[in-house]
Amino acid sequence: MTAVLDARDLVRIYESRQGLLARPVPIRAVDGVSLKVHPGETLGIVGESGSGKSTLGRMLLGVDPAQGGEVRLAGTPMPPRGTADWRALRARIQMVYQDPLSALDRRLPISVQIREPLDIHAIGTPASRAARVEELMQAVGLRPDQAGRYPHELSGGQRQRVVIARALATGPDLLVCDEPVSALDVSIQAQVVNLLRDLQQGGQLSMVFISHDLKVVRNLCDRVAVMYLGRIVEEGPAEELFAHPRHPYTQALVSSVPEPGRALDSRVILQGEPPNPGKRPSGCAFHPRCAFATGICRAELPQLQTVAPRQTAACHHVTGAPASRAA
Amino acid sequence: MTNLVEIRDLRVAFDGVPVLHGIDLDVRPGEALGLVGESGCGKSVTWLAALGLLPSKATVSGRVRLGETDLSGAPRAQLEQVRGGRIAMIFQDPSSALNPVLKVGRQLCEALKLHRGLTGAPAKAEALRLMDLVGIPDPKGRFALYPHEFSGGQCQRLMIAMALAGEPDLLIADEPTTALDATIQAQILDLLARLRAEMNMATVFISHDLGAVAQVCERVCVMYAGRIVEQGEVGLLFDRPRHPYTRGLFDALPRLDGPRVPLVPIRGTVPDPRNLPRGCAFAPRCAHARDFCHSERPDLHRQQDGRALACAYPLPAAPATQDTAPARREGVHS
Repeated sequence: MTAVLDARDLVRIYESRQGLLARPVPIRAVDGVSLKVHPGETLGIVGESGSGKSTLGRMLLGVDPAQGGEVRLAGTPMPPRGTADWRALRARIQMVYQDPLSALDRRLPISVQIREPLDIHAIGTPASRAARVEELMQAVGLRPDQAGRYPHELSGGQRQRVVIARALATGPDLLVCDEPVSALDVSIQAQVVNLLRDLQQGGQLSMVFISHDLKVVRNLCDRVAVMYLGRIVEEGPAEELFAHPRHPYTQALVSSVPEPGRALDSRVILQGEPPNPGKRPSGCAFHPRCAFATGICRAELPQLQTVAPRQTAACHHVTGAPASRAA
Repeated sequence: MTNLVEIRDLRVAFDGVPVLHGIDLDVRPGEALGLVGESGCGKSVTWLAALGLLPSKATVSGRVRLGETDLSGAPRAQLEQVRGGRIAMIFQDPSSALNPVLKVGRQLCEALKLHRGLTGAPAKAEALRLMDLVGIPDPKGRFALYPHEFSGGQCQRLMIAMALAGEPDLLIADEPTTALDATIQAQILDLLARLRAEMNMATVFISHDLGAVAQVCERVCVMYAGRIVEQGEVGLLFDRPRHPYTRGLFDALPRLDGPRVPLVPIRGTVPDPRNLPRGCAFAPRCAHARDFCHSERPDLHRQQDGRALACAYPLPAAPATQDTAPARREGVHS
């Protein structure tokens, strides 16, 4: 089965000046990331701010050019950004951002905005486009009488539905969602999460779901990749990964999720701050915050290796041997 | 035990539109109280109004008493003594609450001078002690740095240090961890819990994150559309929520364990304050609402188990057997 999306060894380097006259320092925001998304599958990408997950999302769409590696869509290499081929391809991969209000045009009614991708990619006749807009609005749970509304007249959840409807307009194979529910209230968040679940049920749509909210990721995603400072440190099926995290960073991340009914002191509280991507620690980037770090962690960069069926982790101290803890 | 703060019938209107409809709230000395609810339900407005921090277009009525002092209608000078002194507040976005062009050490010393009259070397020594207390590594080396040289989590630590400068009796933390990363959020929650225990300082924790509230608070108030709808001891409220709204907030949360099932959202949205329903404000979104709920508004009444509840047809106090939802909740607290 050909993967919808196949990214290999992606590298993105930003230049950042630490002072006005200082020499620019290269920052490896994404540092050798490989991932695959199969048809109908949802891949979650989790990590803290600065881990490179949003940059990775933009690279998957070709919006942010890669300095190394390549992205293949259904087996074909992604054409260079800005070319006619690339623009045509954008009809098949769409993005949903965190803040719907800034992703929408405040001066256009929502039906016009949902229609825009159809106009841009010249899909269908004007009459069929109108019908398609109506169909899309219904699919995301917007009422027909809301078609003429402006973004500010809608609630946050409704705006995010508009953004999702617009992303779905061209019938994409792949949807890249960057923190799509983080700005929403719990009750509304659940509505949008369920909408995304319904879209998955169709079986046609693949998704890359970028979020720092582990609970939402677990609920929505089939497979999850955990990023730390531009690299994937662990990857596996969502349920297994969160039930038996193997990498010490994933363990800390899972344990930091506050849940009603779990006491504060039973958590593994990670010390220290996420390190500055400009001053990447040697060896394993996580070693300054890791309770298990030894000499090898400071010296050598661990590679992803299989630690359980379908689960990989990049840690010198996690081996393929079965975990001692019981299920 | 006398209450540290007593709020009685606090009402707020913006441009004539009422947003807070009579809040009664007590904070006991040293206790940790959580305020939860969706955005726009009045969690923050309650405390901004109590401290006289709302803009002039807001009309505020009701009584706020702090110890022996009546804060409602108190002159500005007296309120300024209280704010930052006996009651300190920290906000969601720490980097916008710090002055970007002043060194953090100077900002801390300023707070110490204002509230405790410390200047010079004693002020600096105290500022360093506070920085150390809130877990800033190498306080001496970082005393003369600017806010942008600190990470988000450390800025929030600095804000907490500044809030502690006045040795407050009450710390109001308004969504203090919302803007922070998961691992840093855990650190800050831990810090707040530790400080409260060490300094015997009451804490009001305003958050929409029920998980975070459950971990640091002893008592919880659930607010909806400018009113308290359920209030009680944290274990009681979170194990057996009786107001359908409280229950709805829990059911809407995805879980880190158990089966991956569709979530149970609360249908509809928060009502527009200009256009509140006539009866219970939650009735249009409530699955249990009956005709009575749409015409009459329930008052907040104390229940036998100690909680206060504003619902005409609450969920059963004992775990229900006939309805399907509790099955989902069994897994919740395993």
